[in-house]
Amino acid sequence: MLTILFDGVAYGMLLFVLACGLSVTLGLMNFINLAHGAFAMAGGYCTVILVNRLGLPFALGLPLAFLVTAAIGALLERTLYSHVYARSHLDQVLFTIGLVFMSVAAVDYTMGSSQQFVLIPQALQGQFIVFGIGMSKYRLLIILVCGLLTIGLQLIIGKTRFGSRLRAAVDDRRVARGLGINVGAVFTLTFAFGSGLAGLGGALGAEILGLDPTFPLKYMIYFLIVVTVGGTSSITGPFLASILLGIADVAGKYYVPTLGAFVIYTIMIVVLIWRPQGLFARSAAR
Amino acid sequence: MPILETIGLEKRFGGITAAHDVSLSIEKGARHALIGPNGAGKTTVINLLTGVLRPTAGSIMLAGKDITGLLSHERVRLGMARTFQINQLFLDLTPLETIGLAISERLGKGSDWWRVIGSSSAVTGEIVEILERFRLADVMHTRTAILPYGKQRLLEIALAFACRPQVLLLDEPAAGVPEVERHELLATIAALPKDVTVLLIEHDMDLVFSFADRISVLVNGGLLVDGAPEDVAHDPRVKAVYLGEELDV
Amino acid sequence: MPSSADSVSAYLARRARWSPLEIAFWIFVFATIWLFPGKYLIMKDTAILALFALSLDLILGYAGIISLGHAAFFGLAGYFSGLIAKYGIINEPVIALICSGLVAAALGFITSFLVLRGSDLTRIMVTLGISLILGEIANRYSNITGGADGLQGVDIKPIFGLFRFDLYGHNGYIYSLIVLFICFVIVRRIVYSPFGLSLRSLKGNPLRASAIGIPVNRRLVAIYTVSGGLAGIAGGLLTQTTAFCSLDVFSFDRSADLLLVLIIGGTGYLYGGLIGAVIYKFLQDWIATLTPQYWQFWIGFVLVVIVLVGRERVEGWIAAVREFIVRLGGRLVERPATVGGGAGPDGH
Repeated sequence: MLTILFDGVAYGMLLFVLACGLSVTLGLMNFINLAHGAFAMAGGYCTVILVNRLGLPFALGLPLAFLVTAAIGALLERTLYSHVYARSHLDQVLFTIGLVFMSVAAVDYTMGSSQQFVLIPQALQGQFIVFGIGMSKYRLLIILVCGLLTIGLQLIIGKTRFGSRLRAAVDDRRVARGLGINVGAVFTLTFAFGSGLAGLGGALGAEILGLDPTFPLKYMIYFLIVVTVGGTSSITGPFLASILLGIADVAGKYYVPTLGAFVIYTIMIVVLIWRPQGLFARSAAR
Repeated sequence: MPILETIGLEKRFGGITAAHDVSLSIEKGARHALIGPNGAGKTTVINLLTGVLRPTAGSIMLAGKDITGLLSHERVRLGMARTFQINQLFLDLTPLETIGLAISERLGKGSDWWRVIGSSSAVTGEIVEILERFRLADVMHTRTAILPYGKQRLLEIALAFACRPQVLLLDEPAAGVPEVERHELLATIAALPKDVTVLLIEHDMDLVFSFADRISVLVNGGLLVDGAPEDVAHDPRVKAVYLGEELDV
Repeated sequence: MPSSADSVSAYLARRARWSPLEIAFWIFVFATIWLFPGKYLIMKDTAILALFALSLDLILGYAGIISLGHAAFFGLAGYFSGLIAKYGIINEPVIALICSGLVAAALGFITSFLVLRGSDLTRIMVTLGISLILGEIANRYSNITGGADGLQGVDIKPIFGLFRFDLYGHNGYIYSLIVLFICFVIVRRIVYSPFGLSLRSLKGNPLRASAIGIPVNRRLVAIYTVSGGLAGIAGGLLTQTTAFCSLDVFSFDRSADLLLVLIIGGTGYLYGGLIGAVIYKFLQDWIATLTPQYWQFWIGFVLVVIVLVGRERVEGWIAAVREFIVRLGGRLVERPATVGGGAGPDGH
């Protein structure tokens, strides 16, 4: 049972790293980016190319996935996304769906439609048995990396100047501008960072979630659920939501296999009925 | 029996008290003005009266009936309508459609999905009457979004009037209206039927004193003075509030 | 310009009347039965897509609700009509179609309460989530639904016992056209009614709508239910005319493509879904012959371009084309969006 908990926590933390960029983008720019999963996919495929085909070590493949995806994110933000910020939500939805379709088809064309596996170094295969709990080494790595990232995020947002600029811009864009904060640059950096995190998550998660061209569409709903349940006004909200959902999904699929997939959907609906602005959001919801 | 009454109305937002112990009593047919400095809570009172906000304490009686728990649209059905300080209009609709909509709803035809709108002559007759009363007949087919501001303001009031309310709440009707169009607006308000009770929030003191037969002064969420215009005008406390002196409320 | 109650009545009545252009449109549509005998199957698919798009236009264009999961209604009714045909529960296709529509409408009613709460984002979530849940259910209970292979053994009996569904799709097409037309007439009545006007006011300014006595939520629940029902009829039509139903009726692609259809055709003036469906099918046919596998890429591309160019600008072009056609002869369904000289009771 504790193994289930362990796996659920790993899955949840992975979800968090994948989804937190979406949460920040939504909270910061009030922008619904359904193409977020495409960045995760990009990171995954990037690592596949680097590690499998070019033979780079796995430890290098991960940060490179982050950087490459962040760069793509920054580029797209400057050239495309920034034109769509002021548009209606419907336009944003249509735009990002268009991007997803394009990226899915492009990846299908270039990399084929079969599932890809990242070559995991020998050291990460297998599991530790600690106090009778089977802990997969890979999942342990996920928890470590994601945990460090989460702490890092909290520190950046809470303790750095960039973090306070970001929080100011989230709170009130106009006032932040009036204070001399370069809101545009904050947006670009944040978007790039969020996309990079998604890419890193995609690379890490390829082993557990499965990587194929339909990844962005398959997992779109999961990211949206994390953001809906966790709210967009903090980092801790989506974090707790991800852990909750991760454990619920893993446990659900294990204990009630026939209905396992519905656990997440049920939680989503219950939360939406009970607290439409998210479980952990501030009451001043947008 | 007063047509509109509030008893100890209070609204708190967390630690902020936007309105406390507001007790108004408005007689049928009255022309009642609610004035006070900015931020005094006047729009909060209107929002409480119309159901946009729930009071944290107190009650509201309309023609003797307790409406405190009713939703906005239910209060409209019972005879209370309001205008907004910033125009809240249906920009894609024409004045004809806007007024027609309100009348249809009032006559209970709002959920009729089979008949063509305007097929009832009672409805169209009334549409024309209201459009003419509010000097909108010449623009009745123009999309609201492109109407001049003065006409939009008139439509704002006409729309509330089309609900044939017993009580009409006007939230700063003259706000933003240029001088040249003010006269038309004020004349229209003055010409409202005598059986409609009007509660007016305004900053324009000329309008207030020419229109109102009773004035309530709201300061920091509480009622300071409530009385006839001459008494309020000469009340030293009111003068102090408007001139910014410190006051023990 | 003397305004009187009679002239206003006359104006409103004339506006709601079928214009010569509309009549010509529908005559042409029905004439396709004889004009293009080899194309029944694709025309039938277009008619079904048009009905599906019309249902979405009701909530998107008239009530302003963004739905990313309209396929839920399509698929639910699709499977329902397939199952009741397969197990011989209801043999008359028309009655079966109506029942399937009612089932989808019931789903609309039940889920409307969720859809009304919260922001655009939660609306997107909920609608998407529901279609995914239904898809998951259909997948899970493959012993009933046939799972990934699809529903097998669906045998649709002749309509009224007389008109059999043939291989060329002749009767299927006429059936779909008639259903589309009937549904269109109903939607047209709704749009020109007081109820329809209140919907447009809800979309523009729900605060004010509530402030003039309109029970906003009740109206939205009503239109969402109707929209679901119509989408269900479209889904039932597909199953009945193809004698087959598979998991892709619930797919996200179906909901997303539907949005594209409406965007191409324009929302809020009834014919957008129909025109969009025709253009979409035409595009699909054309692009499929060029690059069969990567249709999805071009759909995405079109979406991105349309949004970047600006939907208002695209709608402006469509409106300009419409104005042109309108001036050629008669009036199409009118939008009071003309700047300056808005149509008066004495003429255009």
